[in-house]
Amino acid sequence: MPHSLLKYAFKDPEELGDPKYFGEPGELNSNYDVVIIGGGGHGLACAYYLARDHGITNVAVLEQGYIGGGNTGRNTTIVRSNYLTPEGVAFYDESLKLYLDLSDDLDINLMYSTRGHFTLAHSDSAMRTSRWRAETNKHLGIESEVVDRQFIQNEVPYLDLDCGGTHPIMGALYHAPGAVARHDAVAWGYGRGAAQRGVEIHQKTQVTEIKTDADGTKVLGVETNRGFVGAGKVISMVAGSSPRITAMVGLDTPIEIFPLQACVTEPVKPFMDTIIVSGSLHCYVSQSSRGEMVMGASADPQELHSTRSSFDFVEGLTDQMMDMFPFVGGLNLMRQWAGMCDMTPDFAPIMGKTPIDNFYLDGGWGTWGFKATPVSGKTMAYTVANDKVHDLIKPFSLDRFDTYKLVGEKGAASVGH
Amino acid sequence: MKLIDCPYIGARPQSEFVYGHEVREMPKPSEATDKEWADYVFSRASAPGVKKEWWHHVPSGIWFVFERDTLTDKFIRLVDIAEVQYEL
Repeated sequence: MPHSLLKYAFKDPEELGDPKYFGEPGELNSNYDVVIIGGGGHGLACAYYLARDHGITNVAVLEQGYIGGGNTGRNTTIVRSNYLTPEGVAFYDESLKLYLDLSDDLDINLMYSTRGHFTLAHSDSAMRTSRWRAETNKHLGIESEVVDRQFIQNEVPYLDLDCGGTHPIMGALYHAPGAVARHDAVAWGYGRGAAQRGVEIHQKTQVTEIKTDADGTKVLGVETNRGFVGAGKVISMVAGSSPRITAMVGLDTPIEIFPLQACVTEPVKPFMDTIIVSGSLHCYVSQSSRGEMVMGASADPQELHSTRSSFDFVEGLTDQMMDMFPFVGGLNLMRQWAGMCDMTPDFAPIMGKTPIDNFYLDGGWGTWGFKATPVSGKTMAYTVANDKVHDLIKPFSLDRFDTYKLVGEKGAASVGH
Repeated sequence: MKLIDCPYIGARPQSEFVYGHEVREMPKPSEATDKEWADYVFSRASAPGVKKEWWHHVPSGIWFVFERDTLTDKFIRLVDIAEVQYEL
């Protein structure tokens, strides 16, 4: 055994383990049927479903950084569907269902773990909102109910139900299917699945310009830092960079960018197998499979196109966290980071066609993008392949703002009620 | 704690301010088309850049207009209110 171990150690790393997930696609072609801007979860999922379900494989995914380096690797990995509007519930529930067998589908362990999701209520009005959400969810077929203090105590024994005496918990909205998943693996799995079917994934390839015909009504291709690429269709799936892309085609949208920050503690023994959200304390927390406490807060108050993180955030968040879990005061923070959230006025995404021919938009993902990754990829692939908007995303069209048909999704994360 | 430097009230913590979004000119409601009005209500030129924005200093109750770079979060200058005034 020691001998074989030694031999193993001196082997070329390339020969060991799995082959590379995406390979090196080499030079860009001069033309693709579909160019997807953004190699995050959504872009790769869309490429995967285009290839698998619609047989469109002459596709390039252009990523300015590296796979999983954007919002895909910056969210707090929560998947749930207890939203408040019929449009939102139908859409996110389809996504949750896709997640359930996605590990098998992509042949990669996503560590999808159903945890149960508590939204704590610290006031009468928060209890009222919880009942409203629970009843709406039940009506729409989602497992969701209001639970009392005793139930919370049993499920989350380390939680201080009185929150230090300042914000006593009165009850909670409980969503049993709420889950966490390993976010990088979602992107890697979709990327590998797409690459195996012939899609080219070009990292470190930044789109600098979008070429349109003379009157700006039809997209012809994209200019990149590696040269021009002609495209039959172009899809923008760049979340926090959406305004930079839409500005290239002269399109104003209601999207505004606000940073959302998060952090993790050092790993500790498993003590909490649920996801805890407190709207009143503006924070949410779950324990990762490594034992870290993954914590987030509400979005920063002002527009900012940067992934800088701040001390103010840590100070505010840890103060609230110690009200709920007093013992975390003894833990060290390992990392903190931020993602750029593309917020919309009605907390729903903007998906589908745009006024510009062959230019499709998948943005406005704000604080609800990770959980929607599979369904977003699937419905956008359908929309692009058939040039016909998928039924599930019809309510999320860009022109809803011209007709004042807003979605009003108050069940979104980091949104005050 | 990030400080906002203001010639009137000195350098104050940003937490004392409420963000009031970009300064934008309202079209005349009686003259704007439905499309123009919807654009005014919802659409934003939100690509990064230097923008004039409203900031409300809560303790003193004063609204200021600052020029800020939305890529770097640097406050560049306090804008004279006359620069952003327009006829209603």
